[in-house]
Amino acid sequence: MIRDLTLPLHKPAALPLRAGDLVTLSGVLYTARDAAHKRLINLLREGKPLPFPLKDQVIYYVGPSPAPAGLPIGSAGPTTSYRMDSYTPELLSLGLGGMIGKGRRSPEVIEAMRRYGAVYFGATGGAAALLARSVLSCEVIAFPDLGPEAVRRLTVERFPAIVLIDSMGNNLYEIGPAACTRRAER
Amino acid sequence: MRELPVTDVQAAVRGLFLQINRRVSPDIEAAMRRALERETSPAARYVLTQLTDNYAAAAETGLPLCQDTGMAVCFLTVGQDVHFTGGSLTQAVEQGVRDAYIEGCFRKSIVSDPLFDRVNTGDNTPAVIHLSLVPGESVRILAMAKGFGSENMSRVFMLPPAAGEEGVLDAVVTAVREAGPNPCPPVIVGVGIGGDFETAPLMAKRATARPIGVHHPDARYAALEEKALERINRSMIGAAGIGGLTTALWVSAEYAPTHIAGMPVAVCICCHASRHAETVL
Ligand code: SF4
Repeated sequence: MIRDLTLPLHKPAALPLRAGDLVTLSGVLYTARDAAHKRLINLLREGKPLPFPLKDQVIYYVGPSPAPAGLPIGSAGPTTSYRMDSYTPELLSLGLGGMIGKGRRSPEVIEAMRRYGAVYFGATGGAAALLARSVLSCEVIAFPDLGPEAVRRLTVERFPAIVLIDSMGNNLYEIGPAACTRRAER
Repeated sequence: MRELPVTDVQAAVRGLFLQINRRVSPDIEAAMRRALERETSPAARYVLTQLTDNYAAAAETGLPLCQDTGMAVCFLTVGQDVHFTGGSLTQAVEQGVRDAYIEGCFRKSIVSDPLFDRVNTGDNTPAVIHLSLVPGESVRILAMAKGFGSENMSRVFMLPPAAGEEGVLDAVVTAVREAGPNPCPPVIVGVGIGGDFETAPLMAKRATARPIGVHHPDARYAALEEKALERINRSMIGAAGIGGLTTALWVSAEYAPTHIAGMPVAVCICCHASRHAETVL
């Protein structure tokens, strides 16, 4: 079964999600990867406003390829998330509702997700041309000098994702392979 | 002596990179479809379905298969009776890469300085060029676009000779296990055994371009490839690392003579978006 979720991700929708749930996401999300995270944290340090609201919003770790004429975005699959781990707990403490990426997260990130009720979604790495089809519009809203790493506001429709780590800290990277191993041994 | 204008090399390199970033080779596509057919986990099937649908999406839109269109790597095997004319061979390769990445709307992912500036060069150059000289008058170009999600998970182990076959298998399985979901499994694993500190990884990288289904001609190394593949897939890391039957599509090993005191083992991990193609001029 696939659950259709709407963004921003308000708590009543976020909290019941469980690791392993297959979902689609529709609505608005924001992109940010390595360099953009560094700048967001610098803005916070300087007491300046962020270019987008954090409350219940979802950040997608992606650096899309350039959009060819006639398409809103180029290929747009996830990048590996651990490089954002050192910045994520602070963003979660300010209300960030979820992240989309691929790969493991640090214990600190998972702890902050539990404390603030956030969800970590996985998008399929390498399904980038397909994922681009779920993007209806794309607008650079901050740090245009960062090129592919600029912050973009995306409107997505039925963007396919999987709950990797839920707000209770259940982790599909542990549960999934273990379940398959048990099935194989039976 | 054969004269070969460097513009021919430039055009070939451009064509190869335009092709590989949009289309995987048929052996990989077939292996991915087999992985989907035999998969039983619904979540892994969700992922593998997207990955096989992605081939059509890239073909229909002209978009690259993955937004990380990688670092451009070229293995040039040059016949020693070839005389390149009309300019610099290296610059011709660079220009071919530049042309492809700009024309193809591919992402430019190269920074000029790794540590301090990290400023994007804007055209995905420089490329990584490996040159070898052989007898004859042809030029073979193997182009690879290497994404760094998987490159970051590749490893070199300087094993003692006593580590033996078990040591090699252990190194391979450890690299894949510890990489877990990060390199976008199902992966293709290249293993370079022997040589020295820099040739082992070169062999490993080259090995990732061997077609799926083609074993090493030496039966002992072919058996090693089988065993490694079997052990990797027993880990049940699965597609995207969320649990499943196919963690690796294939393992290719290469070996070279080495020193009496050592057994370097390099494990090059390549994601399912293993983009490579070869042409002969
Ligand atoms: S590891 Fe490969 S498939 Fe995954 S994001 Fe990088 S280039 Fe794409």
